[in-house]
Amino acid sequence: MSPYGYGRSRRSDIAHTGVIAAARWCCVAAPILGLSGCEASVLDPQGPVGAQEKIILLNSLAIMLAIVIPTLLATLGFAWWFRASNTKAKFLPDFVYSGRIELVVWAIPVLTITFLGGLIWIGSHELDPARPIPSPSPTTEVQVVSLDWKWLFIYPQEGVASVNQLVIPAGRPVHFTLTSASVMNVFFVPQLGSEIYTMNGMATQLNLQADHPGVFYGQSAHFSGDGFSDMHFEVKALAPTDYAAWLAGARGSGQTLDQGAYAGLAQQNTVARPFTYRGVAPDLFQAILSQRAPPGPGPDDGRGGSGVSPRSPSAHASAPNAKVETSHAG
Amino acid sequence: MLGKLSWAALPLDQPIPMIASGVVALAILGVLAFVTFKGWVPYLWREWITSVDHKRIGVMYIVLALVMLIRGFADAIMMRSQQAVAFHGAGYLAPEHYNQIFSAHGTIMIFFGAMPFIIGLMNFVVPLQLGDRDVAFPTLNSVSFWLTATGALLVNISLVIGEFARTGWLPYPPLSELKYSPGVGVDYYLWAIQISGVGTLLTGVNFVTTILKMRAPGMGYLRMPMFCWTALAANLLIVAAFPILTATLAMLSLDRYLGFHFFTNEGGGNVMMFMNLIWAWGHPEVYILVLPCFGIFSEVISTFSSKPLFGYRSMVAATLFICLVSFTVWLHHFFTMGAGPDVNAVFGIATSVIAVGTGVKIYNWMFTLYGGRIRFTTPMLWSLGFMVTFVIGGMTGVLLAIPPADFVLHNSMFLVAHFHNVIIGGVLFGVFAGYTYWFPKAFGFTLDEGWGKAAFWFTLVGFYVTFIPLYVAGLLGMTRRLQHYDVAGWKPWLTWAAIGTAVTAVGVICQVVQLVVSIRRRDALRDTTGDPWDGRSLEWSTASPPPAFNFAVLPNVEGEEAYWSLKQTAREQNRLREEPAYEDLEAPRNSPTGFVCAFFATVVGFALIWHIWWMAVIGLIGAYATFVVFAWRDTAEYRIPAAEVAKIDRANRSARQDALATYTGPRP
Repeated sequence: MSPYGYGRSRRSDIAHTGVIAAARWCCVAAPILGLSGCEASVLDPQGPVGAQEKIILLNSLAIMLAIVIPTLLATLGFAWWFRASNTKAKFLPDFVYSGRIELVVWAIPVLTITFLGGLIWIGSHELDPARPIPSPSPTTEVQVVSLDWKWLFIYPQEGVASVNQLVIPAGRPVHFTLTSASVMNVFFVPQLGSEIYTMNGMATQLNLQADHPGVFYGQSAHFSGDGFSDMHFEVKALAPTDYAAWLAGARGSGQTLDQGAYAGLAQQNTVARPFTYRGVAPDLFQAILSQRAPPGPGPDDGRGGSGVSPRSPSAHASAPNAKVETSHAG
Repeated sequence: MLGKLSWAALPLDQPIPMIASGVVALAILGVLAFVTFKGWVPYLWREWITSVDHKRIGVMYIVLALVMLIRGFADAIMMRSQQAVAFHGAGYLAPEHYNQIFSAHGTIMIFFGAMPFIIGLMNFVVPLQLGDRDVAFPTLNSVSFWLTATGALLVNISLVIGEFARTGWLPYPPLSELKYSPGVGVDYYLWAIQISGVGTLLTGVNFVTTILKMRAPGMGYLRMPMFCWTALAANLLIVAAFPILTATLAMLSLDRYLGFHFFTNEGGGNVMMFMNLIWAWGHPEVYILVLPCFGIFSEVISTFSSKPLFGYRSMVAATLFICLVSFTVWLHHFFTMGAGPDVNAVFGIATSVIAVGTGVKIYNWMFTLYGGRIRFTTPMLWSLGFMVTFVIGGMTGVLLAIPPADFVLHNSMFLVAHFHNVIIGGVLFGVFAGYTYWFPKAFGFTLDEGWGKAAFWFTLVGFYVTFIPLYVAGLLGMTRRLQHYDVAGWKPWLTWAAIGTAVTAVGVICQVVQLVVSIRRRDALRDTTGDPWDGRSLEWSTASPPPAFNFAVLPNVEGEEAYWSLKQTAREQNRLREEPAYEDLEAPRNSPTGFVCAFFATVVGFALIWHIWWMAVIGLIGAYATFVVFAWRDTAEYRIPAAEVAKIDRANRSARQDALATYTGPRP
């Protein structure tokens, strides 16, 4: 097990207290500052991965503040005390070298970085996105495809799919396999932790878990074109029974995602409301990954001629703020 | 006949860009008409445009940088105001416009704001500090400048004709490939950066040669001022890193123009290769910008503390350490690509190790302050503001270097706040410190202190009010480059950031007012001695502005702080050195090569962007012919008679003699 340990209940170190305090501060301060909640804060994690990443963040910050604050104070203090108008300050024009000071000056950053280096090495291994989350519960598999400009979530074990809505069982680990149908994006649910790139022709791996039922904000964290700002999605963590009910509901409504429907989905547009597919062509994810399903087509106009400028009238028809909904919406 | 170019390329149906570009075009035409009407064109052509004098080229670089900084800041105002209002709505900038703005902001600020400012300061200062008469290749230097100006011009032409890239300041494929970006925006980016990149590479070659081969007699490596050391390190990085940028962008151009598949989705292209290559240039680039600024701070802090730099050799070691390690950290820009824990950990540790070199520098500056007699002039305020701000930015940088922390902060507003923290706190404060510090050397009068201090305080406060909220927005999960958003928690922080930008704008206005007021009050601010700050390195030993030949006789360096020891001797004996024996000097003749070559480069760039192949061929032939004509020139230098040298130097000696007579400070 990691020095941090999985699961929130087992930690009782001082840093953890600080973490709780910071999270509380965030939630207390939020309404005062006009925040409507902490729905996307990485300081308010809702799963083990995010919780550990927050601890590493705050611990490293504390380690560095321990030398940064004295350094800042000393800098301002020296500058003020040795101002030209201060007759009490001693003028030392020959104080230009001191072996002892040089030793200390090199030693402080070296020691700090050595310490942080250990933390980096251990943390990188403990929190490798591809590392499974140990749990007695079964792992849910989700295949993620970023499209222009929407997210497709395929549940291979269940044979259903959803667009712009990720539904997962709370308290159980989820293993994501991710790729992109066109340009690069980053899959990121701030409250669950680690983000990861999606790239065409490549599959990345990610393991996350939501501890309790809840609704979280998910987004693309890598700019992907004009519809990028609408490429966010809702993450619903449901109690296992509710999750089963959702799956049953999804199987009973919507269309089937076959090659033809996928070709429609791959067109460049944004999706205002999430929707589900009752069935998914087997192997669709593999087909996208291996490019048997061809990469997203990109803009359907603007190739040379008058379309070279986005300001030309022809380009306006597909302007993303028009919020074109796909025919599958519902 | 005109390739892809047609009337549709003009933003006739778009009020905001149309008005903006119309105003800019009118302003440029107005300035040109004014200059022509006043009859200044021959003077500008003779003394500036064709000049190969490193000081004049340095000044032109800085003028370009100042104009581009304001252009980039206008983009910043639009981005901050858009995000402040685009909650639950589209704001006032459509995505296709907003995306061009943030792409142009980054491109302009790095390539045409920061880089020309740094290179301008190096141009002006390095030969003076080394005791040289010019750089190693003066005409090449002029070519470098004008190619940089070509790049800036192309980026600004895109404002009016066509579009700029909508892919960010680094055009990540496959978004930047023809399939997903069929417009001319990415092509504008590619040719602007390629052409100015050639200029930067030539600058690197020029300065490495100058510093390694052309120091004054007695100026050993360990007697060079700190700014020269950092300039050497930065130019070594330019020579090593810019070819990578050129090659990477050339591959992307081949993809877009000739159907290659280096980085496409199809045909075995590999987008991760682009990421690796662009950051193998991109991270050293950060140190190309900031290392010379470390040099500026070293000069300023030492001068205004009235002390030599503390731990000079340690500083040299730290500079070279950073220079080397900066090549081993590029992967930290994409920890979240799933490279695996061993790779991530190694690059994370390498990244934090850089902080050792920076930490050492901070402590050495701190001990330079210790025991000093500190004068809080404008350059010194910028330097102290830097020390505080940069330490905070370095700390958040180390946080981002820890892969598990980066997993929740990558591409967030926290990252945006971090790199502005180090680039504004490090590079921008650095170039402003250098600008106010060396301005009197360039023009013979100091800048107004009151407006300078106001500019500093507004910029400092504006910076914190803008970017501390953006750190918070990042911790609240906000990613960068959003044109609109629906998360209520982000809105108050983005509102604060917009207020901060308004405060910064006041700082920018103060900066402009400072220049105008100082020029109007130049007689009151006049410095006749050439040494207004009680300086320590050789640039202060000559007149302000320095004569074309810099030094009447080349200085003979006998220790660190070459000029300080001479000055101390003079103070001790209460007289200047004996007047030297003046001789005829030779200086390089001015040449229009750089300007003409850049004209043809602009033609080539514009033609390639719009696929006007015949025009590209004409431009290439023209550029080649320009070099042939230059290579066939008969006389490369002109003679300055000894009497002229003597006259200029005696005037300066007499001013210094007067200053010595009225000197009341400590004598050794």
